[in-house]
Amino acid sequence: MDSTVQLLWLIPALPLLAAAIGALTPRRGRGLTSGAAIGAMTISLGLSVRVLIEALRDPTAHLTLNFAWFDLGDASLRLGFVLDPLTAFMCVMVTFVGLLIFIFSLGYMHEDANFTRFFCFLSLFAAAMLGLLVANSLLLLFICWELVGLASYLLIGFWFHKPAAAAAAKKAFITTRIGDLGLLLGMVWLYHSTGSLLFYDGGHGVLETTALASLVAHTTIGGLAVSTAIGLLIFCGAVGKSGQFPLHVWLPDAMEGPTPVSALIHAATMVAAGVFLVARVYPLMSADQTLANVPIHALTVVAAIGAITALFGALVAVGQNDIKRVLAFSTVSQLGYMMLALGVGAWPAAIFHLLTHAFFKALLFLGAGSVIHAAHHEQDIRKLGGLRGPMRVTFVTFGFGMLALIGFPFLFSGFWSKEAILHAAYGWHVSPLPLYVALFAVVLTAFYMTRLVMETFFGRARSDAANHAHENPATMTVPLAILAVCAVGVGFVGTTYWPWLQRTLDPHFEIEESGLGLMLLSIGLVAFGLALGWTIYGRTPRAKATAPDPLETAAPRTFAALGARLGFDELYAATVGRLNDAAAVFADVLDRYVWDGLVRFLALLGEFSGVVNRDGDEDVLNGGFDATSKKFRGAGQLYSRAQTGEIHGYLRVVAIGFVVLVLLVMLGGSR
Amino acid sequence: MSPALIIIALVTLAAAAVAMTLRNLIHSALLLIGSWAGVAAFYLWAGAQFVAFGQVLVYVGAVSMIVLFAVLLTRRSRADLAVAPDSLGRALGALLVGGAVLGVLFGAILSSPLDVARQPAPTVTVRALGHELMGPHAAALLVAAVILTVALLGAVVIAATDEEKNRPPGRSAPPNDVA
Amino acid sequence: MSFSPLQLCLFFSSALFCIGLVGALSRSNAILVLLGIELMLNAANLNFIAFWRYSPTASPATGVIFVIFSIAVAAAEAAVGLALVIAIYRHQRSIRLQEATRLKG
Repeated sequence: MDSTVQLLWLIPALPLLAAAIGALTPRRGRGLTSGAAIGAMTISLGLSVRVLIEALRDPTAHLTLNFAWFDLGDASLRLGFVLDPLTAFMCVMVTFVGLLIFIFSLGYMHEDANFTRFFCFLSLFAAAMLGLLVANSLLLLFICWELVGLASYLLIGFWFHKPAAAAAAKKAFITTRIGDLGLLLGMVWLYHSTGSLLFYDGGHGVLETTALASLVAHTTIGGLAVSTAIGLLIFCGAVGKSGQFPLHVWLPDAMEGPTPVSALIHAATMVAAGVFLVARVYPLMSADQTLANVPIHALTVVAAIGAITALFGALVAVGQNDIKRVLAFSTVSQLGYMMLALGVGAWPAAIFHLLTHAFFKALLFLGAGSVIHAAHHEQDIRKLGGLRGPMRVTFVTFGFGMLALIGFPFLFSGFWSKEAILHAAYGWHVSPLPLYVALFAVVLTAFYMTRLVMETFFGRARSDAANHAHENPATMTVPLAILAVCAVGVGFVGTTYWPWLQRTLDPHFEIEESGLGLMLLSIGLVAFGLALGWTIYGRTPRAKATAPDPLETAAPRTFAALGARLGFDELYAATVGRLNDAAAVFADVLDRYVWDGLVRFLALLGEFSGVVNRDGDEDVLNGGFDATSKKFRGAGQLYSRAQTGEIHGYLRVVAIGFVVLVLLVMLGGSR
Repeated sequence: MSPALIIIALVTLAAAAVAMTLRNLIHSALLLIGSWAGVAAFYLWAGAQFVAFGQVLVYVGAVSMIVLFAVLLTRRSRADLAVAPDSLGRALGALLVGGAVLGVLFGAILSSPLDVARQPAPTVTVRALGHELMGPHAAALLVAAVILTVALLGAVVIAATDEEKNRPPGRSAPPNDVA
Repeated sequence: MSFSPLQLCLFFSSALFCIGLVGALSRSNAILVLLGIELMLNAANLNFIAFWRYSPTASPATGVIFVIFSIAVAAAEAAVGLALVIAIYRHQRSIRLQEATRLKG
């Protein structure tokens, strides 16, 4: 048992090693770098499976391996690894999906000149994410969290010669940093209150009863329990990383990176980190549930943010024309679902949806990548169309992903995980609103995905690029096929009638009794969305690339607003950007007039004293010295021949002088 | 013998030696960062954690950045990172002088009575360090602070462009070199 | 022949010192010369720590305090030195030290 925990650190270490190899390999070493990356991921996958088997033996235990990172005198900072079903499931998912994305990248990035750099960054990304998963200390988690941010920056900006990509990378990094500041503050506060950052530490960890009790017992500003305040600060980090409203703006722009990166960010690594963080510190987030007379519970905020994000993402996705952006906003929306599930107290349901979503969203992104690769980087769905024939494998697998995402009944994984969340929302006693929002988003999801598939794969090809598209090589289609199988199969580990996964994660997990009504309702809503999408986009396929969207003709202003993402980017530019400019101007004025004036005044003072000094000097003191200095001048001219002005000469003389001196001392000392 | 020390020493020395012989300035700088990290590892090995972190922060973190900036600011074109080869005669002279210094130092070490008994590292807590710095060494601390401030201002003054007055105010000087 | 750990540390630091010295003497690029000098400073710091670690009479913080100040001064030195390099570059479009001889007396 213990030996497995000791193996845990290898899971992130191997991809890290692969990244190091990639960093040191010259550009020609394509085989070596990609081989190292894929090999490391394969071994990590094997280890993860082994770890999962071990974790399933006793799902309630948190096996830990803690060690002192460094001592500073009497205090020591401790890090550690933890093994529980949450870690194990996530590790298997990340390594598996990551491996398939790596293999897909072999084909997708084949023509890129910086192939080795790409695989180096990919490995770093995977390593950071895996490190985040196995961390048993908020500090270690934070370190890996920042590494994930760094790797995403590098990968989104991989084609940095495109200004849009460079800007998107910067945006992603800075936007998530805003949330990270909250996380950092929460971490510091937590350390201040409990004296530890370990999650589980044999009764002394911050997620164990002693620490939680003391955190709940104290209150802080506004009558909040300390645990609520810390929980909300930590949640800020999750909001940034998981693209939740109002920090969602970076996620769609992250599409500027290569498509495998989008798949990795949206499915396995980056955005999953936020949801995972909240699930990991769930005991802390939910600690204040026992308190009755507090202004707000941490989880209520989480549920509200999640519901807003789910609705917002689904709405905006309807108005997008770029195949990757539609998928990006669907990710935003699905992440909102997960946060909603966390907020209503069903964290196993959130993790279940995270796992199924990882598979089908990776599938969808890689499918989109396959389309883009075949259509010579044409991403506008208005200019695609008719790809059903030439790209049969991509079409079928993409269809599987789409059906899983909209929650097509019974067969597909998305259905079961979405059901789990809907049931949890149904059982939430605080407010029924999240349930209504989630149900509405179900319709929207079915609608926009139908639109996407109809526009891309049906009708006639509407551009030369789409006309000449043909199926991609096996390195790209085989991962698609594997993911398609998973998009179906993974759902059966956590169905409403047999929630094995949820029970494993949390033995106290209860399915809310709602009879068949809720399930029938959601099936009906999916069917409605599908039918609506087919009526508008499927029955009469788009004829020309320039023809307006049917929705656009019906409600031009609404459609334009959705297309412009409801103006949030502009809003931020007008408020935050302006504020920043104003602060810069203020600082400039302060610098130029206030501080500069002060400096000038001091300088005047100095000059004045200098004048006084000089008068005293020249008349009183100098006379005698002038005579003496004439003599020195003669000697100085003699010495100045040695001054070549060349530093090396001086240094050499100093060194030789040193040797001579030491020799003198040593010989003299022996006498 | 202490294998950890020998490994640290070899890695550090190798990195430093290669850095001093490479022709690509960027590579040199990167290798030197590795060498500084090796010195930090030595401090950790010797039990001086605080100094090790200071070394990492100042050298691996800060000085390395200044060096990289200096390298990038003083190249003329993209291909200009390689340094022109230095004269062989001077290199030989340098090796001769360096060898002499090395010989003298080794001789001094070998001939000195240095057989100190193996003992545990002295422990020094951050609290104790703080007391030392603010107590007996407060004057030195203040002087160091003044030196750092003066150096900062001096560096700005030296590196600032002279033609500041001819430019519209509020803008930073454009890079004086088209890379 | 076996050396005491202190001797090993001293060998280490003198070797590092000499690498820095040879680098500073042989290269003509100002940045590399400066880096060589930084290496020599580091070697000196190594000695402080080595003697602090093995000396029987050291007070518990002396060597550490020394190195802290030394690092602070070295940081100042690096900043000023590299600023000088940039100034030299601006004046003569080159940082070869052989060409920077105008300050001689």
